[in-house]
Amino acid sequence: MSTVGVVILVHTAFDRAEQVIRHWVQGGCPVVVHVDTNVPDETFNAFEAALEDQKLMVRFSKRHRCEWGTWGMVAATQDAAEMLLTRFPDVRHVYLASGACLPLRPIEELRSYLDGRPRIDFIESATTADVPWTVGGLDHERFTLRFPFAWKKQRRLFDYYVRLQRTVRYRRKIPDGLVPHMGSQWWCLTRQTLSAILQDPDRRTYDAYFKRVWIPDESYFQTLVRLYSQNIESRSLTLSKFDFQGKPHIFYDDHLQLLRRSDCFVARKVWPRAERLYATFLSKDPATLKAAEPNPGKIDRIFAKAVDRRTLGRPGLYMQSRWPWQERDNAVTAYPFSVFEGFTELFENFEYWLAKETAARVHGHLFHPDRVMFDGRQEYFQGAMSDNATLRDYRPQMFLTNLIWNTRGERQAFQFGPADAQKIAPILGRDRNAQIFVISGAWAVPLFLSNRNFADIRVEAARLQRIENTHLQDLRSPMTKAQVRIWTMADFVDSPMEVLQTVVDQMTGTSVRRLTEAPRMVDLQGFGQFLQNLKNQGMHPYLMGDFPLENAMPAPKLKVRKPYLVRK
Amino acid sequence: MGWITSYRLRLRRKRFKLRARRKGLQLRSVRNRTNQIKPGQILLFCTLRNEDVRLPYFLRYYRDLGVDHFFFVDNGSDDGGAEYLADQPDVSLWSTKGSYKSARFGMDWLTHLQMKYADGHWTLTVDVDEFFIFPFCDTRPVAALTDWLDSSNIRSFGAIMLDMYPKGKISDIPYQRGTNPLDIAPWFDAGNYMISRNPGYLNLWIQGGPRARKFFTDRPKKAPALNKIPLVKWSSSYTYISSTHMLLPRGLNLVYDTAGGEKASGVLLHMKFLDTFGAKAKEEMARGEHYAQSAEYQAYVDGLKDSPELWCKWSEKYINWRQLEILGIMSKGNWA
Repeated sequence: MSTVGVVILVHTAFDRAEQVIRHWVQGGCPVVVHVDTNVPDETFNAFEAALEDQKLMVRFSKRHRCEWGTWGMVAATQDAAEMLLTRFPDVRHVYLASGACLPLRPIEELRSYLDGRPRIDFIESATTADVPWTVGGLDHERFTLRFPFAWKKQRRLFDYYVRLQRTVRYRRKIPDGLVPHMGSQWWCLTRQTLSAILQDPDRRTYDAYFKRVWIPDESYFQTLVRLYSQNIESRSLTLSKFDFQGKPHIFYDDHLQLLRRSDCFVARKVWPRAERLYATFLSKDPATLKAAEPNPGKIDRIFAKAVDRRTLGRPGLYMQSRWPWQERDNAVTAYPFSVFEGFTELFENFEYWLAKETAARVHGHLFHPDRVMFDGRQEYFQGAMSDNATLRDYRPQMFLTNLIWNTRGERQAFQFGPADAQKIAPILGRDRNAQIFVISGAWAVPLFLSNRNFADIRVEAARLQRIENTHLQDLRSPMTKAQVRIWTMADFVDSPMEVLQTVVDQMTGTSVRRLTEAPRMVDLQGFGQFLQNLKNQGMHPYLMGDFPLENAMPAPKLKVRKPYLVRK
Repeated sequence: MGWITSYRLRLRRKRFKLRARRKGLQLRSVRNRTNQIKPGQILLFCTLRNEDVRLPYFLRYYRDLGVDHFFFVDNGSDDGGAEYLADQPDVSLWSTKGSYKSARFGMDWLTHLQMKYADGHWTLTVDVDEFFIFPFCDTRPVAALTDWLDSSNIRSFGAIMLDMYPKGKISDIPYQRGTNPLDIAPWFDAGNYMISRNPGYLNLWIQGGPRARKFFTDRPKKAPALNKIPLVKWSSSYTYISSTHMLLPRGLNLVYDTAGGEKASGVLLHMKFLDTFGAKAKEEMARGEHYAQSAEYQAYVDGLKDSPELWCKWSEKYINWRQLEILGIMSKGNWA
């Protein structure tokens, strides 16, 4: 009844290997075991002795030295497979597994699955051009260069020798008739195919060739099977996932449900101390036979996500194990946010109005020199950020990235201006997530409304203008990645509603709704004269645009509703 | 890196080791059970003084995590903690009356013991008020992590120190021996950490948390460092430089990714702010055996007088490691 035979390659965790071997045998499968020569003889002898009681079904094949990525693995597989085929003549499918492979479904299910597919070879086999599995940047070259050095232990020599061969354009000849294929090293082949490969008259040539190929265990059978198999299913029955460094993902106790639902026959690689997995899957519960196809989709997704987390990370997050030199796509922060410059100066209730119109979280001047003006002027904000200005100015960029990261899911907007701490200004312009709206020159309004000596005002005006000018030049530079809109104050007061509509549309990303309510603008009566006075003192305010001298600026009137007459 | 820098750091490392050897003479072995240690076991190193009340839970926590052997250096405790430790079956204990400060805050003693006993072992170096959290720590023992790190050729594992505090005054609920301090102090700051890079040793320098926002607002530069590398596959040639914040050779400090990805990392829940803290702060102030003339403790003593509460409306309550992962305080990296 033993239509399935198993070849197991073991080099560590012998107690687990023994458990699994017993499980296969109990399921009626003969097993040929290969133990790495690197394993000390005492360990090997003890292992062999432990399986003495299973002599009829368990054989040990000739031992080879199996260093990762070298020929030893293939030689070991060849010898063990030959032994299995000769000693157990009723074996039809040979399953190649490792000591860390764990059968997930009853052996009976595997057998009936294979019984239903007696001529099919299950082996992942793809041409190098079509798949992105490459470690160390070698794909087709692994078949055309020579690799006398071990990748793991003699990395420098390995790399040097590869480069040398590339420079001199050395290429090995691939034996006639072979088309290099690669794939997972864990396969399940039929007796017909496997014996054809092992008894090939040209095997010496092929072996000699593959001995110098890099990682032949992923290509030897995968290539040769193409010569003989009539029916290849290019997939492995063993669930085995690799991470971005080409090392297998490991299964732990908490993967139990996932593994169960995957309906895969065998999983690799299982952590030797995953007690619950071994206890569950090796128990002899008389499960009802399922004919389900393996479906590793969910596990695939989890591992793919893990690789993404390692290689791409979470944009905009700065933490102990993620510290990007340069953010991808020029995004400094995690999510889009809006910056308003000059709006609170012109409108009395701008923050309140904006929050109502856009449903964003609207802060005041976050970079105010005295304190952080969080929404509602709270002492602390999301993530326990403090409103302390010294703390903020210690690492202003971290302050911003923290704020945006902490509030992900909610759009943030804040006020900014030349009177604020400026260290953050260049960073805002560099951030693709920033949306910056500027009314240039509006910083003059608070000065205009203030009750200060004109000489002080003049000095302050000159300072603010200088700062804002630098900032605007920054924003207009080609290096700027932020989305920037700049209006001069004169342009703005000319048609404030139009601009506000643009602002709200751009922030919410829609443009259907018309604004019904405008924020209250401050009274600018006499502002033109104020600017003229500055000019007369020799300080030319140019960022506001051309402001008419005479009260061209009446306080905007509230729209008067048209009277309607309703007749019955 | 130029060979001059490289050589200079090498000399510094040698000097630290020499120093550790010298300071090691101050240690007196009280109970040496190191012959129980088997290859591949996970070791824990800790210096302490008068922490008896914390010991039972500390040992239980790390035994559950899968630590196999504990190394303690007792710096002159008189509260019975040393006797308690000496009776534990998996503890080796040394004692010293030497100065904590002149032994680089205990690191020289530990380095000496690590040189002698930790070679080839994964070692966890923590304080009695630090509780190590790593991805999947609720379902996998620490050996799962170290096996995975081994297979990934990673030698060191970073864990940010997360200050935990109670709601209300620190002194409100007294800590009972043997209980989980997390029950009293489950709150933490989720997103106010400030990071920069230390160009000399290549480690990240992280500050922030409740201590920065409560005690160091006027001089944030002085706020305590929170970056730690507590878990290292030890080799006799390694040495910690400043507490467990950084190591030499400095390649061990590269526990972060610079290309945008995330390496796996953990958290040390820092249970400093229990009711025992006030007394401790005063005692340490008087002893003057801490970093920068105990400036940190001075700040606490001052701070605790007028603002006894660390909790604020936006404090986060600890649930599990997944929560910390989602908040971006730690990461699974590519471990799944």
